[in-house]
Amino acid sequence: MAKAFDVKNIRKDFPNLSITVRGRPLVYLDNAATTMKPQSVIDRLVEYYSHENSNVHRGVHYLSEKATAEFEKAREKVRQFLNAAKLSEIIFTKGTTDSINLVVSSYGRAFLKKGDEIIISAMEHHSNIVPWQILCEEKGTVLKVIPLDETGAYSVSDFKKILSPRTKFVSLVYISNSLGTINPIPEIIKISHSHSIPVLVDGAQTVNHRPVDVQKLDCDFLAFSGHKLFGPTGVGVLYGKADLLNKMPPYQGGGDMIASVTLEKTTYNVLPYKFEAGTPHIAGVIALGTAIDYINTIGFEKIMPYEEELLAYGTKALKKIPHLRMIGTAKNKAAILSFVLPNIHAHDLGTLVDEQGVAIRTGHHCTQPVMKHFCVPATSRASLAFYNTTQDIDRLVESIIKANKIFSKNI
Amino acid sequence: MSENSRAELYQQVILEHHHKPRNFGELTDATHDAEGYNPLCGDHLHIYLHVDDKNMIDKVAFNGDGCAISRASASMMTVALQGKSLEEAQKLFTQFHQLILGHLKPEKDPNHLGKLAIFSGIWQYPSRVKCASLAWHTMKGALEKTKTISTE
Repeated sequence: MAKAFDVKNIRKDFPNLSITVRGRPLVYLDNAATTMKPQSVIDRLVEYYSHENSNVHRGVHYLSEKATAEFEKAREKVRQFLNAAKLSEIIFTKGTTDSINLVVSSYGRAFLKKGDEIIISAMEHHSNIVPWQILCEEKGTVLKVIPLDETGAYSVSDFKKILSPRTKFVSLVYISNSLGTINPIPEIIKISHSHSIPVLVDGAQTVNHRPVDVQKLDCDFLAFSGHKLFGPTGVGVLYGKADLLNKMPPYQGGGDMIASVTLEKTTYNVLPYKFEAGTPHIAGVIALGTAIDYINTIGFEKIMPYEEELLAYGTKALKKIPHLRMIGTAKNKAAILSFVLPNIHAHDLGTLVDEQGVAIRTGHHCTQPVMKHFCVPATSRASLAFYNTTQDIDRLVESIIKANKIFSKNI
Repeated sequence: MSENSRAELYQQVILEHHHKPRNFGELTDATHDAEGYNPLCGDHLHIYLHVDDKNMIDKVAFNGDGCAISRASASMMTVALQGKSLEEAQKLFTQFHQLILGHLKPEKDPNHLGKLAIFSGIWQYPSRVKCASLAWHTMKGALEKTKTISTE
């Protein structure tokens, strides 16, 4: 497996992977929560604060012009990464949640009205449920939910059943953070567009696993976070089609988003600045550009088959553990493994595997409706990245077996 | 912190109470009851108390779902509260609360915790403190006639 993919050397790029936890080398399997950062990203943050620290789009002095140029260079890197048609379609936000809230607040408030229906699925992250619920409370719009089958997936025809003449917006996650399911988003976008319905894609768990070409996908909006893409926390992206963004009102008012301000009337700046009020996370944006450079040096053509092999290895290894139940068994899956054990609550398992230096996520993963669907209070989740190895999975399995032994005493 | 002190969280006593919880079930003649949720974990407990006319807790029970820590904590709480006055229950709540936050050291600070002192190491697991406190907060809520308690 490692022949085509030099994971041993790749791991050296991530200093946090080489730490010791509870006396053992760390096994980090919580990549869906956040990914580790390569040294180049860390160095870029330090470089900005050491030698380029300045505000953007403001001063005429050397530092401000330098910071602005680096900031805008990062925007171009994101544009290329997504293959967006225009630079002005890339808006920097705080993260996926902020990006979705921008669309809900701006597009939703301006263009959706009482009785209009918004389609989401039952596997959405809370960040793609709650903002819509707030809008529904305020405007009287109606949330329609695509149900899941027993594998944790839905089909195009399940979507069609929910679609109605009242549907005015579709907002769906591409890859589920708690199940790993890859959804039939390209087909859904085609159908939605044939009814002139815009589609927002939550790409938080997608852009780190596979290439996304927004022109080919033809999504109207795409949201993702920098920190799940090996970049810093506190920075994210909203891609939006220019014609839609242009007709949308601003999300927040403040500096940088204006063309001119008098106390009577303000005219707004052009895209993308109209949606970037206030001083942004400048270092974060620049370092996100560096994270994209890093991914490009490896390439998804190598990342994807490697992660697929890891997923197959992990699925097989976990299934060998007696009584372990996989949660999320869709045919089309990314490298996310959720599971439950009948005798050990996920939180106890999380603590016990942590004693062995293995970091997994336990809980509802901000997807409580998914937990309800599978009738479990919580799951344990191992989410993989390209720097994980089969040895990491072996250590996970070994630590689960050990936890099982502790819990089977006294029964 | 040492490896050993952390490994002590899942001691025999806790596992034993988890597997064979005491006073598990509903109290049909409860004078006080409340439901407790930990929305972060999905833990859910229902605590029932019967307080007699002398303000003594003569019966306690619980049911619900949760992790080993929350279940064992609830089970041990029901044992500890049996026969206590309302005032004593309040005192025990305060002491237990101080214990799990690491502010009360059972080996040197005066207390009436008895077997509950087993939870003394839990402050080293900040994410698990709420698991241990859920039953106690719910019990306090029941006595104060608050129907639903949420710890987050």
